Amino acid sequence: MKVTRRTFVRGGVAAFTVTFAAPDFLCDLARAQGAHTRNLVVLYLGGGNDSLSMLVPYNDPSYYSRRPTIAVPAGRVLQIGSDSSRVALGLHPRLTDLKAIFDQGRLALVQRTGYNNQSRSHFQGTDIWSTADPNNSQGLGWLGRYLDSVPPPVNALVGWNTTGSMPHVLQAATVGVPAIADVRAYAFASPNVGNEAAVEKAAAVRICSHVPVDRPALAFVYGSSQGAFETLDRVAAVANYAPSVVYPNTGLGQALRAVAGGMAKAIGTKVFYVTTGGFDTHSAQNVNLINGSYYNLMATLNDALGAFYNDLKNQGLLDDTMLVTFSEFGRRISENGSAGTDHGAASVMMVMGGRVNGGLYGTAPVLNTDPANPTLENNAGDVHYETDFRSVYARVVDGWLGADSKSILGGDFRKATLTFI
Amino acid sequence: MARSADLQIEHLLRRAGFGARPDELENYRAMSLVQAVDTLVNYTLVPDTVDGHIGKPGYVGITSNGPFSPQSNIADARQRWLFRMVHSDRPLQEKMTLFWHNHFATGYNKIAGALGAPEATRYMAAKASEDPGHVRGQIEMLRDNALANFRDILLNIATDTAMLVWLDGRDNKKAKPQENFAREIMELFTMGVGHYTEPDVYAGARVFSGWNLQGAGAVNATARHQEFYYNPDQHETTAKTFSFPIYGDGSRTIPARAASQGMQDGIDLINALAGSRNTARYLAAKLYRFFVSELGDPDPAFVNHIATVYLQSRYDMKTVMREVLLSTQFLDSRAYFARYSWPVEFVVRALKDVGWTGFSLNSAVAAMGNMGQILFEPPDVAGWDAGQTWFSTGAMLARMNFAATLAANQRFNLAKSVKGYAQTPEALLSHLLGALATPTLDNAVVAELANYVRATGAWTGSDAQLQAKSAGLVHLIAGSPEYQFV
Repeated sequence: MKVTRRTFVRGGVAAFTVTFAAPDFLCDLARAQGAHTRNLVVLYLGGGNDSLSMLVPYNDPSYYSRRPTIAVPAGRVLQIGSDSSRVALGLHPRLTDLKAIFDQGRLALVQRTGYNNQSRSHFQGTDIWSTADPNNSQGLGWLGRYLDSVPPPVNALVGWNTTGSMPHVLQAATVGVPAIADVRAYAFASPNVGNEAAVEKAAAVRICSHVPVDRPALAFVYGSSQGAFETLDRVAAVANYAPSVVYPNTGLGQALRAVAGGMAKAIGTKVFYVTTGGFDTHSAQNVNLINGSYYNLMATLNDALGAFYNDLKNQGLLDDTMLVTFSEFGRRISENGSAGTDHGAASVMMVMGGRVNGGLYGTAPVLNTDPANPTLENNAGDVHYETDFRSVYARVVDGWLGADSKSILGGDFRKATLTFI
Repeated sequence: MARSADLQIEHLLRRAGFGARPDELENYRAMSLVQAVDTLVNYTLVPDTVDGHIGKPGYVGITSNGPFSPQSNIADARQRWLFRMVHSDRPLQEKMTLFWHNHFATGYNKIAGALGAPEATRYMAAKASEDPGHVRGQIEMLRDNALANFRDILLNIATDTAMLVWLDGRDNKKAKPQENFAREIMELFTMGVGHYTEPDVYAGARVFSGWNLQGAGAVNATARHQEFYYNPDQHETTAKTFSFPIYGDGSRTIPARAASQGMQDGIDLINALAGSRNTARYLAAKLYRFFVSELGDPDPAFVNHIATVYLQSRYDMKTVMREVLLSTQFLDSRAYFARYSWPVEFVVRALKDVGWTGFSLNSAVAAMGNMGQILFEPPDVAGWDAGQTWFSTGAMLARMNFAATLAANQRFNLAKSVKGYAQTPEALLSHLLGALATPTLDNAVVAELANYVRATGAWTGSDAQLQAKSAGLVHLIAGSPEYQFV
């Protein structure tokens, strides 16, 4: 299943060439002079988000008949109006901050995103969303391909992965993305002190300059060591970041705090990757119960994104930032016998940022069980996609990153109606 | 004995175990290859006394917040397992337990969320002999079955309490069957993606409906626990048809049965999955990547051969593993150091190579989190993304920093052990490279290490110098890219 991922090797000597970015003081100077950069934050909701609980078609009687115990009552949703098919929609009641951002016109919700014959496997599904290739999901990640296209010299911090290990979406041919799960732990220790420790560190740095390019697997690990040494000092600067708001003490909250720090310290990162899990809600989904499982997922999402948005706004960085979410699939429309939902198909993507044209994009599914219902598939069991997820990626690549989506995504997936940026 | 034979034994112990303590190496070096492999696979002949040494002098330490309680405190359970990896004289049993833990990857946190932390630890890691209700935690079940029949392992995992919580089988009811376990048993535990259809998942969910949990033992007693039971009232009894054969005659339909007989549905499906050629090939490829090499795709000849052995032996993992460890692909010197070590392999091997007296496994547990591996907490049911995924910059720093922590902790022991081998900087370096059993380093790297030893003044071999330089060298060697391969 993951053969290629495991055996995949970053190509060429270029990957191991030391690439120094502008020193800190130059970055600070550039910012002080008003130079702007564009940051993309990609947020993966791990496990398959039940978007019907996040964006609720609260006037659709089938929503309530097919989810007798886990529907959000119409009276509790946060109403955000109707889409172009005149389906009235409301956010999950815990998404109060996202509602406020939506009302400010800075949150876009792209409904029914997915692809044809969508995989219901977590792992194949994640691979497909990561590579943007439903036919061959073992290649490089789409963000990795974008990073490969950034003209040299490439900053060693051009990408920043806030998780501990390398996600498929960031796998690149030549660019190594550092994994910095905890900025405070991202430091080099020594068993010695003083000058002895200094010469030891110098030896470690010199050792990893002798990259054995003829042995790619070993060279890959040399590249990781090099990447660590190249990024240590600037990451230490991020650890000193003083945010303007209190971030929630969740994995996502703390990751977004570090992302905001990276932006504020102008370390030159273009793509940040963050993730939050727990969306695989097969049982006891508890959409409405305070501290219930899906309710908590919404709390984590709302509070972290709310803090991030407000912090960026206060720091004057909101206009430089776009955040995009994805998840491997949506969930089955009818609840199962365990008060949960099984793996489904199309879902909702969110796009948030200071220059985002907020609102509802695409149309909601109609949830009746007629097998001929065109908004559904699998005998009306799952939501059928309307917008290819690659069209959302294409808009991000063309409209925000300023690159060419046709070459990054390997085809023309542009969709004119997706005007969120 | 010739050095090439030593290299082979070291390779065997890195893969079939977690590297070699000096006493282990001594022991295995006296054996022929076939004797060594037979000793490893016939581990039941070796007494299992390792847990009795926990907390005793001469062994790696543990640090517990209160009395050491591996049956109810997950941090202690992690330390107990690491202790076994370091000190067990049944290395292959521990290695296979790790293989199965990753294969049937079950995460403690979800279970703790459902049942509370002490109960979750119990269902993950308690030994039946220490539990008032004789609960055998999942890892103990896997350890007991480390080289058992794969079909029996599947049946055990399908009825395992932790698994029934983890993949929601406990909630699988007949009215609307629950698909989580049915999907993963086909996708991840047996045949692999591409060898089943969505309707197979739906049929599988019906097959396992009623495979639930119930309370057992006196209410309010410490013996009280949750255990598997087949609930006929929640079993969906109609026939279930699959896209692949279920029975020896090629029939693809599990017949409708009375609810009282319905547990047989699941047994029939498990038998079919265990006997599938797709399962045989899926397991063979996974064994190749875990035991043989991660450089390149699994060798098709190996996969064919091991798949055949698996089927002919009727899924006997002991027969399969003996064949794996004696295969030409495994013994090929190109397979030496051809795997990216997992954090747990790196940590345990470093302890065995560098020394452990006075070191607490508690600090290894914390460090492993930064390296990307927390035992009993795989990222998801697919297990850890092994290979290059382990080697992000942050994880590599965590490995270098663990090497620093261990070297600092062992500096006095190291200085003592290198005495007599440290007349010159080169002698010290060559001695430590041998002790850490790295693959041959490039000359440029060796020169950097030698320069480091000379860097801070003339060589005197004083105790202070030996402490600083042997600790510094151990840090640099164990933190080197080469040492990350097993």
